[in-house]
Order: sequence, then structure tokens, then C-alpha cells
Amino acid sequence: MTLRARLVVDRPAFALDITLEAAAGEVVALLGPNGAGKTTALRALAGLTGLSGGHITLDGRPLHHLAAEQRPIGMVFQDYLLFPHLSALDNVAFGPRCRGASKAAARRVAAELLERVGLAAHAAARPGALSGGQAQRVALARALAVRPRLLLLDEPLAALDAHTRLEVRSQLRRHLAGFGGATVLVTHDPLDAMVLADRLVVIEDGAIVQEGSPADVARRPRTAYVARLVGLNLYQGRAEGHRVKVGELLLTAAERLDGPAFVAFSPAALALYRSRPDGSPRNLWQATVDGIERHGDNVRVHLDGPIAAFADVTPAAVADLDLSPGRPVWAGVKAAETHAYPA
Amino acid sequence: MFRRLSLLVVAVVLAGCAPGEAGGRELTVFAAASLTGTFTELGKVFEAGHPGTRVRFNFGSSATLAQQITQGAPADVFASASPATMKAVTGSTGAAPVTFARNRLEIAVPVANPAGVDGPADLAGPGVKVALCAEQVPCGAAAARALEAAGVKVTPVTLERDVKATLTKVELGEVDAALVYRTDVIAAAGRVTGIGFPEAARAVNDYPIVALTSGLAGEFVGLVRSARGRDVLTGAGFEVP
Amino acid sequence: MTPSSPPRGTARPAVGRPPWVLVVPAVLGLAFLVLPLAGLLVRAPWATLPERLAEPQVLEALRLSLVTATVATAVCLLLGVPLAWLLARVSFPGRRLVRALVTVPLVLPPVVGGVALLLVLGRRGVAGQWLESAFGVTLPFTTAGVVIAEAFVAMPFLVISVEGALRGADQRFEEAAATLGASRWTVFRRVTLPLVMPGIVAGAVLCWARALGEFGATITFAGNFPGRTQTMPLAVYLALETEPEAAIVLSLVLLAVSVIILASLRDRWVSP
Repeated sequence: MTLRARLVVDRPAFALDITLEAAAGEVVALLGPNGAGKTTALRALAGLTGLSGGHITLDGRPLHHLAAEQRPIGMVFQDYLLFPHLSALDNVAFGPRCRGASKAAARRVAAELLERVGLAAHAAARPGALSGGQAQRVALARALAVRPRLLLLDEPLAALDAHTRLEVRSQLRRHLAGFGGATVLVTHDPLDAMVLADRLVVIEDGAIVQEGSPADVARRPRTAYVARLVGLNLYQGRAEGHRVKVGELLLTAAERLDGPAFVAFSPAALALYRSRPDGSPRNLWQATVDGIERHGDNVRVHLDGPIAAFADVTPAAVADLDLSPGRPVWAGVKAAETHAYPA
Repeated sequence: MFRRLSLLVVAVVLAGCAPGEAGGRELTVFAAASLTGTFTELGKVFEAGHPGTRVRFNFGSSATLAQQITQGAPADVFASASPATMKAVTGSTGAAPVTFARNRLEIAVPVANPAGVDGPADLAGPGVKVALCAEQVPCGAAAARALEAAGVKVTPVTLERDVKATLTKVELGEVDAALVYRTDVIAAAGRVTGIGFPEAARAVNDYPIVALTSGLAGEFVGLVRSARGRDVLTGAGFEVP
Repeated sequence: MTPSSPPRGTARPAVGRPPWVLVVPAVLGLAFLVLPLAGLLVRAPWATLPERLAEPQVLEALRLSLVTATVATAVCLLLGVPLAWLLARVSFPGRRLVRALVTVPLVLPPVVGGVALLLVLGRRGVAGQWLESAFGVTLPFTTAGVVIAEAFVAMPFLVISVEGALRGADQRFEEAAATLGASRWTVFRRVTLPLVMPGIVAGAVLCWARALGEFGATITFAGNFPGRTQTMPLAVYLALETEPEAAIVLSLVLLAVSVIILASLRDRWVSP
């Protein structure tokens, strides 16, 4: 079961053009900022939005000319869209009924699936009586009940609060692992994408800007958006050996390469000093504190200077260094923690 | 409450026809709907003979007009299509109405006369669709009397609310015949054909008129009853005494 | 009214009192609507009420009114709900025009509507001629004609109400149903219809009430004959010519019956 698609959607002031593949059992996450076109891509796969061009094939069979109700897909919507007038069981049985199963058979399938997602006790409940996490699981069961060959999930965890999200995310991961077909999920949350997906496809402004394994994308972001998502400082420059020239600044990286390159380092690797430190071979420059904000248990310091950068420091360090906006500091990062890769 | 609301409605209606400029004298005439054509014409004659005077009309069902007058609507002249409704107005005041016109019924049929109606007896024929006025309105009461005099028992398909609605059913060809006033047949000349019948004389409608105020009102009644007024009325199909 | 702080510790939401600028016109509006009703009640001939009610003509007119209004509502549902769906869900050229045309019976004086019906469905009408020659059916002056006149006048209320409900309903539920393999008909039947049911009921109630009070189109198209086409409003109108008290009695009956039916429907369907 393999999905191959080129999705072209032209609308006034918006154009989507991406090529997408997903193998059987593979989970592909479409990641991108709001308005990037991820949901449009998903709707196009489902047949809810028409294609202006391109194609969709599943196992070599074209799907793009079929209406939504004829495609072998299952879809989980962002706010689940469980039919409010039907019980959880009948919501799940809806698909099999539409695809020709008898009422009894459809309910049997539905009961089985609810059992599988751990909601057998809630079969008779109306959607209004279910918690967010339960509704999400019913929505997943409903999508799986039609035995889809392609599963589509639109922001499956976005409607949940942080606590429920953690729990539902791990359950969803388990269910996706048990699903034999291809899965495409849309999210703007990098953590959801990293945990759930085998492969990430990052979309910005209707086009793919980066794709790869979660680890690869996390380590080697290629756009400012991805760098911000994965929490890295990212610069573009020109490499000659271990040295990469970024603007006026020359940075030393662990890797050796030549030509256009990206340089990335973690905000935690960036050290701040009140005066110029001695010794150790490091990348060092003078910067000005631009802003300070809490970041988890640490403090994130925005720096201005030859390059804009974030540094994560402890609250104690903020006090020791007497950091405040406008204060000049020295910023340094070890070459071993500065990574360069071809642009 | 009912009385007050009716007053309110009348007041609103009258306010809507308030004179455009002050100064000139004004005469308000309440008249039965069947007099619309003749009285409008006579009103112009009256205005021509009384420079500076405006005649305002309120045409409607006689019963409705009588109700409005008894509830205080400011009428100078009342001309009714039936002595009964006139009595409701003059009964308490002692004013003396006079009969100034008579209207008699005719059988109205579509010009093509599809049912071949020739007289009252044909109205009872099988499959002949007949419209009559409801007995609650004067033309209905007259129709009942005339048919009784003719010894014909008619089962109408509809009992219409007024004579115009009855005539419309004939004009549209929805019924084969209807009993309406001669004046209505003449007004609809070309669209319907009238068939007179002798028994109609037994159900002639008297039109009484009365001056409810002094001065101009009496002069208007005089005009209606003058040779000029009689000409206009007979031209429209009324009989005059 | 002197200002005072709301009592503490009660469950009242802290939104402040309703502003007078809204309350005063609201009360005036209510009085405007209800006072004429009070007028009817005050002037009703209570002493002779029972015998007047027992008159066969009254019961006949009432029965005819209830039956025709109900059948007319059924006709409106059968034709109006699909029409509302078409207007709300299918884009086609001239949709705005069609939507405007649907409201024509609202602005057309009902009497004119009745004449228009005669011109089409009457004995000499375009469709009426054909109906008579092909099936021997004539509609004017029949109970079926009453139903048609009432449906003509009342249908816009249903269509507008249902179309509003359809536009207000989240269309993504219908998309969700489509991804589950539901055809458009199945989507309509199993998802759309249940979702907009409150709107349909509200529309049907409005439609029924309008049909029950219909006068102009009915008397013009269907005529007036006791037992066959004389509904309550027609009986009221003719009674007013000679016997205003009888008209008041008839109006009260119509009023009481409709209030009872509407109140029970509302409790059952519209209340949360």
C-alpha cells in the first residue's frame, strides 16, 4: 500500500504544489505554520478539496477522479466532528453502514473497534458526554471502521489540553503502529510530529521546504521556521573547511565542507560572559541583550549583534551576569557544538 | 377596547388623507363601494360648482362604513347600499335618509357563455358552476331573495365576500355564472355579459343617502338627486326613483 | 428606579441589569402585540359562548382549518426542505435570483397571490386547463384548493427558516460523513436532517401558523363554501359583516387552538 501524490491547488492568493509519498505502515507528518497549506493538502487527499492539477494514486490505482465517498480513506478531523445526534457506537458504525454492511454487522465492527480503543463502556454515550480524549479515540475508531487503506489525521491532538494530550499521543502512536496502511497526519506541533511520524514533510507557503526523518529534521533544520520549531539557532553562510562565514562573523564548526552551508547550534550551547573570556578555542562575539523571557525552567536571552541568537541560561546566571535589556555581553559557543551542513 | 381600537384605525386612515393645505372647506363622503365610479365623478362636479371646497371619499363595504361612523368617524354624508346599514347610522340621530338609486341583479356570464346560461333556471343545471355573494353581504341577501322568487334552488361552488370578488370569478372564467348588480356588469362591459331576468325586480337594492352635518352636506345630497346626478347614476346602470 | 448593588451570594450572573433603552421599547412592543388580544378577550360574549361554540358551522370551519393547515404544512415540508437544501448547499447560476423569488409570496398581497394561482391553476389557467382535460381535476373551490393557497403563502416561512438552519449548521459534519462513504442522499438523510431538525420544526410551526391564519389567497383561489373551503379566517371575515360578536368568538377559538398546539410543540421540540 503506497501513496503517491502530487497535489496542486490554485486559489486566489494561495497556491499549493507538493509531492507526497507514503509507504504501507509509514506515518508521514505534514508540518508547517498556519496557512502553509497542510490542511488543504489533507483535504485534497480526502477529496474534500478539488485538485487544480497533479494526481493521487494508492497502490497504483488513481484516486483523484473519485468523489470523497468513493475513496478508500479514513479521516480524523481536528475537532473530531462526531455526529452529535448519534451514540459513540453508531458514530463508529456509520461508515460500515454506508459501505453496505447490515446494521447488525456494522454495530459488531463498531463494538470491536470501541473495545480496541478502550471505550466499550461508552458505546451508548452521545459525543456531548465524552471527554476530549475519549472523543478523539471514537473519531479514530470511526475512521478505522471503514478499513481504510489511507488514514488521514488533521491536527489529531490540537483540541486536547496539555495533560490529556500526553496520554492520547502515546495511545495514538500505538494505534498508528497497528495500522497497516499509509498514514498522513497534519500538525503544527513539532513534538506531535516527532513522536508520531516516521517521516516529516515541512510545508511553508504551499511548498515543501524540508523533509526527512524526525531526527534528521531536528538536527539539521533548513528554514528559520523549522529551526524555531526544533529550538536551534540557524544561520546560512559560506563554508571553507571548518570555517563558515556568516555575515561578518567567522564561525568554526565541527564538520568540514565547502560552499553554501547552514550552521546550527543549540541555545543551551551558547555561553554568556560579562567580559571577554580567555583561552579555549571557541566562537566568540560581542552582543547586546535584546530581551529576556522564561523558557521552561531556564531563561531564554535574545541577543543582538553580528548575528541574532538565543541563549538558554539558568536563572542564577541571569543574576550573576546582571543581565538586562541593552547590556553588552560576550557570547561564545564551542566548535564541537557548532554543526555545519550543506545548504 | 374593541371600540377604541377601531377608532384608532379610523383615525390613522383619516390622518393618512389629511388635507394638504389648510383654508379650503372640506366635505367627507362615506359611500358604498358600488358607488365608487359615479360618486367620484359627482365629486368633481361638486368641486367645480363650489370653488375652494374639496370632497374626500371613503369607499367601502356599507356595513364597515356604518360601523366606522357609529364609532365616531367624521362623515358629512353617508350613502349606503342597503337600508339596513343606513338604519344602524341614522336610527339614533333621527336624520332622514332618502333613497336616491336602485340597483338590480343580473346574471353575469363569461362572454363565451360556456354553460349556455339563459335565465335563472339554468343556474340549477348539473355541472353549472355558480358564484353568489355570501348572505352576510347585501348582494348575497338580494340574490337569495331573487332566486327564491324565481323558484330556483342553486348550489353555488362559492359564497364570495363581496360583489366585486363574485364578478372576478366570472371574468376569470372560473365559474359559469354569478348573480351581481347590473352596475357591475356595465362596469365590466366586454369581459362579461349580463342577462336580466324579471324576478330580479323582487330583490331590488335601495341606496339611501343622508346628510349627517348641515351646510355643504345637504348641497351634495342635492347634487346626487339633481338631474345631473340622475344622469350619472343611470349612465352607470342604476335606476333612479 | 434607584441604583442598587446586586445581592451577593446568589446565582445571578454578574452582567448588570438590562438597560432601559432596550427594556422600554421591548415592553411597548409586547403591549402592542398583546393588547389587541386582550381587547378580544374583554369584548368576548362570554355568556353566549358555549352555545355559539356548539354551532356546527364553527366546528366545521375549525376542523377544516386544522386539516388544511396541517396538510399544507406537510406539502411545504415535502417541497420546501429540498428547496432550502438546494439554496443552501448547491451553487448554481441564478441562485440569488431564485432565493429572492422564494420570498415573493411574503411580499405579494395574498389576494393577488390567489388571483395568480387562479391564472395558473384555475379552470382557464395554463396548468389548470391541462389538469382538467388530462385528469378531470379542478382545484378552485375545492378543499385541495385551500391547501394549495395556504401552502403557497406559507412555504417561504419554512424555506427561509430551514435555509437559515442549513447555513448555520457546520458543513464539516457533512464532509466527515462523505469521508465515511456516505452518498449525498445518505448525508442529507442521516446527518444534515438530524442536525437541522430544530430549524425544520421551527419553520414548520411558523408555516403551520401562517397557513392557519391564511385568508386572502384562500378566499380568492378556493372561494368560500361552508364545510368545503370555508376556513376559520373566512368565517370570521363574513361574520364581521353582520355579527361582530360571532367573529370574536370564532377568533378566540382559532387563537386558543393555535396557542395550545404551538405551546405543546415548542415544549417538545424547541426548548433545550
